[in-house]
Amino acid sequence: MTWRETLDRLDDYCWEIPTSYKEGMRVSGRLFASEAMLEHILQEQVFQQVANVAFLPGIVGHSLAMPDVHWGYGFPIGGVAATRVSDGVVSPGGVGFDINCGVRLLTTSLTAEEVIPKIESLIAELYVNVPSGLGSKGKLRISEKELDEVMVKGSLWAVEKGYGEPADVDATEESGCIRGANPEKVSNKAKQRGIPQLGTLGSGNHFLEVERVSEIYDRDAARAMGIEEVGQVVVMVHCGSRGLGHQVCTDYVAMLGNAVKKYGINLPDRQLACAPIQSPEGQAYLEAMACAANYAWTNRQCIAHWVRESLVKVFGKSRRELGLEQVYDVAHNIAKIEEHTVDGKKLTVCVHRKGATRAFPPGHPASLPGDRATGADSRRHGSRLLHCRGYRDRHGDDLWFYLSRCGQGAESVGGQAESAGCRCRQVTGGQGNNSHDRKHGRSGRGGPRGL
Amino acid sequence: MVKDFELMEHTADVGIVAYGASIAEAFANAGRALFSLITEPDGINETEYRDIEVTAPDRESLLVAWLNELIFLFDAEGMLFKRFDITDLSTTRLKARACGEVVDISRHILKVGVKAATYHMLEVDSSNGSRVRVLFDI
Repeated sequence: MTWRETLDRLDDYCWEIPTSYKEGMRVSGRLFASEAMLEHILQEQVFQQVANVAFLPGIVGHSLAMPDVHWGYGFPIGGVAATRVSDGVVSPGGVGFDINCGVRLLTTSLTAEEVIPKIESLIAELYVNVPSGLGSKGKLRISEKELDEVMVKGSLWAVEKGYGEPADVDATEESGCIRGANPEKVSNKAKQRGIPQLGTLGSGNHFLEVERVSEIYDRDAARAMGIEEVGQVVVMVHCGSRGLGHQVCTDYVAMLGNAVKKYGINLPDRQLACAPIQSPEGQAYLEAMACAANYAWTNRQCIAHWVRESLVKVFGKSRRELGLEQVYDVAHNIAKIEEHTVDGKKLTVCVHRKGATRAFPPGHPASLPGDRATGADSRRHGSRLLHCRGYRDRHGDDLWFYLSRCGQGAESVGGQAESAGCRCRQVTGGQGNNSHDRKHGRSGRGGPRGL
Repeated sequence: MVKDFELMEHTADVGIVAYGASIAEAFANAGRALFSLITEPDGINETEYRDIEVTAPDRESLLVAWLNELIFLFDAEGMLFKRFDITDLSTTRLKARACGEVVDISRHILKVGVKAATYHMLEVDSSNGSRVRVLFDI
């Protein structure tokens, strides 16, 4: 039977994988996609992974797949699963290796016309101020004791050290700190990786991007976020918890592999390793994950501060004059304990978001980093708010600069037409997905780039 | 000639398939495959070594633990490895000496950052020569 025959179409953009598809599925799978997008997804064996996630004990509602879902390991990327805290499990694979990978959006009052003449100096300054690339070390020198403080306090640690302002913490998911972080649950290996890497952007699909607002769909909502007009320049930072988070996930996938046997959990993929939330193993993971999440928020807080310093230096104006405010910072690789209403009943659940960002009711912003072809979206509750993309040069192409660490200098990447990948992000509902993790789709990796 | 290893494309990540006359040789070749993702192996000198010991509940997990140890040594100490001598290998324990050098940005071009080896699509097969498959998160 083909996948298409397996799927039940619920409406134009919602498809269901029934529990009858695979013995052991506790709930059905739900995928949000248009017909055209489905054709693309069908090639990726992603449905198999959506069905596998439905095996997790205590899963409620559905195993969810966001519109740009793609094949990951264990969980699909763009996968969301909520499990009951009372008798459900937590799975490190449902968060991923880069714990609290997320995006932070900063405004400026500058226009693209003002920035373009200085873009090369700005990018050069950003390279100096924000360590990036594979193997880069941060300029922060912290002790193991300070690392423990970072892991417990999150963004606030950075603000107290002078990297940013209290308003930044207010404009960060969870105020930049998940409670219950316990550094004792983080291995020495993870700490060893984390100490030198705090305050670094990293490599891979992580980026620091100077962007131009290319279209505003909802003027009032955009204004509420400090975005006034087309042509305004904003800065997006996309990175996570670096080696510390990778090691926490590595350690706990191995540890919870043993827990799966201990608690007699039936799983179709070892990368889905999990433990009951109420078990010592499950609690230990959540406490360690909170440490890594808080480290990631501290990381983005420091980077945002250096971005502002770079802009102040290059434009010779104060932070206030340049309007360098924080729109919001939101995670897209995380597990969080939340209250949700499921089938009319209030439940406390552990929501795993892997390559997926929360989109709560009106007033809550979410940022979805795009790629060079599609730009980036900021949205509130499903309505597309604005669209940022590269500056349109005189040839009519989107022009991007990417300065690599390896000394190849600047390269420009020609623009492409708006793709389905962009439209697919117009999802309404509880989650927005983000396409950033489709790593092979990106033409630029790590490091600052501008307009 | 039979290849020592091959790279395997995956949507978001990259996998490797490594071969050997024995499981030990296939594990060593998996290590070489990992570092071929990170940098050009020809540029790595053998000036230092690390003695490594890992344990795991089974052979498949042992492969993951082995590769994750190498990833840790690269990320934490900057070690680039070229040669692996596996001195002891059972289903649950591996001892090895890995030879290479600390990364030198002026000489080594770093290509891909590898976050971790995963259990997804993991295979250790010794039915017809030895063959291992592992997917990395990059």
